[in-house]
Amino acid sequence: MAFALDEQQQMIAETASAFFAENAASERTRAAMAHGIDRDLWRAYCRELGFGGLMVPEDLGGAGLGHVELAVVAEEAGRTLAAIPLLGHAMATAALLASEDRAAIAMHLPAMMAGDRVVAAGERGGEGMLVPHGSQCDLLLLLGEDGADLIDAGAATVEPMKSLDETRPLARVHASAGDPLPGGTEPCEAARAAGVLCLAAEALGGAQEALDRTIAFAKEREQFGRAVGSFQAYKHRLADRAVEIEQARSAVWWAACALDEGHETGALALHAAKSFCADTYLRVAGDMIQLHGGIGFTWEHDAHLFFKRARAIANMLGDGPHHRERVARIMLDEAA
Amino acid sequence: MKLGFSDMEEAFRRECASWFEDQMSGEFADIRGIANLVDKPERRKAWERRLAEHRYSCIGWPIAWGGRDATLNEQVIFAEEYARAGAPNRLNHMGVELLGPTLLALGSSEQKARFLPAIAEGTAIWCQGYSEPGAGSDLAAIRTRARRDDGEWVIEGQKIWTSLAQFADMIFVLARTEDGTSGREGLSFLLVDLDQPGIEIRPIRQINGEAEFNEVFFDGARCPVENMVGAEGEGWTVSTTLLSFERGISTLGQQMQFRNELDAVIAAARRNGKTADPVFRQRLAEAEIGLRLMRYGALRMLADGKGGALAGAALTYKIQWASWRRALGELAMDVLGQEGEIAPADAEGWPLLTNLYLYSRADTIYGGTNQIQRNLIAERGLGLPREPRGNA
Repeated sequence: MAFALDEQQQMIAETASAFFAENAASERTRAAMAHGIDRDLWRAYCRELGFGGLMVPEDLGGAGLGHVELAVVAEEAGRTLAAIPLLGHAMATAALLASEDRAAIAMHLPAMMAGDRVVAAGERGGEGMLVPHGSQCDLLLLLGEDGADLIDAGAATVEPMKSLDETRPLARVHASAGDPLPGGTEPCEAARAAGVLCLAAEALGGAQEALDRTIAFAKEREQFGRAVGSFQAYKHRLADRAVEIEQARSAVWWAACALDEGHETGALALHAAKSFCADTYLRVAGDMIQLHGGIGFTWEHDAHLFFKRARAIANMLGDGPHHRERVARIMLDEAA
Repeated sequence: MKLGFSDMEEAFRRECASWFEDQMSGEFADIRGIANLVDKPERRKAWERRLAEHRYSCIGWPIAWGGRDATLNEQVIFAEEYARAGAPNRLNHMGVELLGPTLLALGSSEQKARFLPAIAEGTAIWCQGYSEPGAGSDLAAIRTRARRDDGEWVIEGQKIWTSLAQFADMIFVLARTEDGTSGREGLSFLLVDLDQPGIEIRPIRQINGEAEFNEVFFDGARCPVENMVGAEGEGWTVSTTLLSFERGISTLGQQMQFRNELDAVIAAARRNGKTADPVFRQRLAEAEIGLRLMRYGALRMLADGKGGALAGAALTYKIQWASWRRALGELAMDVLGQEGEIAPADAEGWPLLTNLYLYSRADTIYGGTNQIQRNLIAERGLGLPREPRGNA
């Protein structure tokens, strides 16, 4: 047992890190915010980087990798706030594979892997659901209690909304039932697992980046004749956030590993990871604004982009109290 | 990246579990599950010797010195099964986990031959003489002095917060051996017999009423000059080597104890209906999540290996577990309500959870307070500028 990234996983992390650093810098993300998505970046991610089929088996033309690799890549994407449809893509890939529906797989997966067909995922319930990237996608994956269905974006009523997180804006979607995926609730569960893990890993990456940038600022900015990062009030807050980020990393790795190994703690790990990582990101991004002072409150500074992404992640696929309640049910041996 | 252990390792786990179960349900049933460090010291010394008979006293040590050359994973498994069986906290923790590895790394061959066998055999119990009344968080402010006299070190001064000194045979002492030095300079690391006229040990009563730690007074206490580990004046380096062993394998065993404590809180919550209260359910879930993340954090820390360079997970671990346990103590008391404030009139100590509530206030102080931990994390981990310091 070695609870650390192996050599290949390390390489994937470095490759993804370099890719996003080069192609998803702040100016590019801000330019993409006008459209809510960076389709060119997504195509490059799928084709040049070859990660469009990250979790797709090799006999279907994919890389045949697992949840650990998904988490590693999502963490790097989250660091840069890249405006790409990774979340819906990961969820739809997982749902399609779990459905074992050859026709649906043949119809959608190749175009998805090439970055030509963008999928957004939403949860059914109530009057019109809010779907991230709902007005930028080609295909909708809709999760219900009984199962999942795929529906062409053109067949749904999609109302774009002004959204807090402009790198992954929400749309209000009204859709009647589409083509249900076979396999009962399994495609749904696989999609939720991939989605929750993706969000937790994004949150980890975002939190780490927000912390790193605040540390860099703390070393440079001087007040009272010394770097502000030398004051205990400042450094203790950063230290607390660093402690939380270390735990968030443990949570993401645990959840990813447990999914890949079919470990008995899989469900517990996902609920723990989503609630812990989202909370961590919220705190770090909030502190990023506070510890930068006035400049942190400006549109020009990136702090608000992290702050808004953190809020969006916290609300998606179940909020903190929801996931902690699920943890309580599991630990108290109550029926789900 | 992998979560599970190998088949061979799982076989070792079963071997450990069954031996501990035999011992704890048989001859040593009377010390099973003791939650403190001070009850039944003679029985616990017998337990140390029993561990040694089975070559279980220091499995991570080399075979030549009474260990088993156990792998990291085997040590993790051993620590987990030890705690799972409710075996009592090791009376010789400081000998086995701290001094032994330090001597193996830095001791002379004479020192190894002289001190290691008695630790492995469970016949010499050790304690740690670091803190002083004027040297707490600022450990380098040590004033205890040692001077050479006729082939011996003669020691004058006082140590404090010395856990288990009242049961120990030996103490390792950080003392100032060079006049006119201050701070980390001029300190030496000495191994001293406690059973001599120049030493007086006075227990200190704690907030839970027990006396686990002590004041140790040195008034002309002596040890042979060859009892110095490392070079003269290099004691600080020796002590930091030793501290790097403190965040070792035993943390995984410690977590099994935390598991038992959380289970006791859950059981109490079930008894009085608090598991139906959404607020308590959220808090119980937070405690569960915190404990699990501690486990995976510790596994990451061990996978990082190299004790010297403090990786992120290792640097943040102390404040993580100490804060978690203190919060668990508070949750326990909130779950229990007034029932948590009482014990039968003839009870010797406090029930498990009340004791946890009190004792966990020490967790965030000893071994580096939470405030010192934050400084370390910020300065060593995050590279933030040091706080301007006085003239030390």
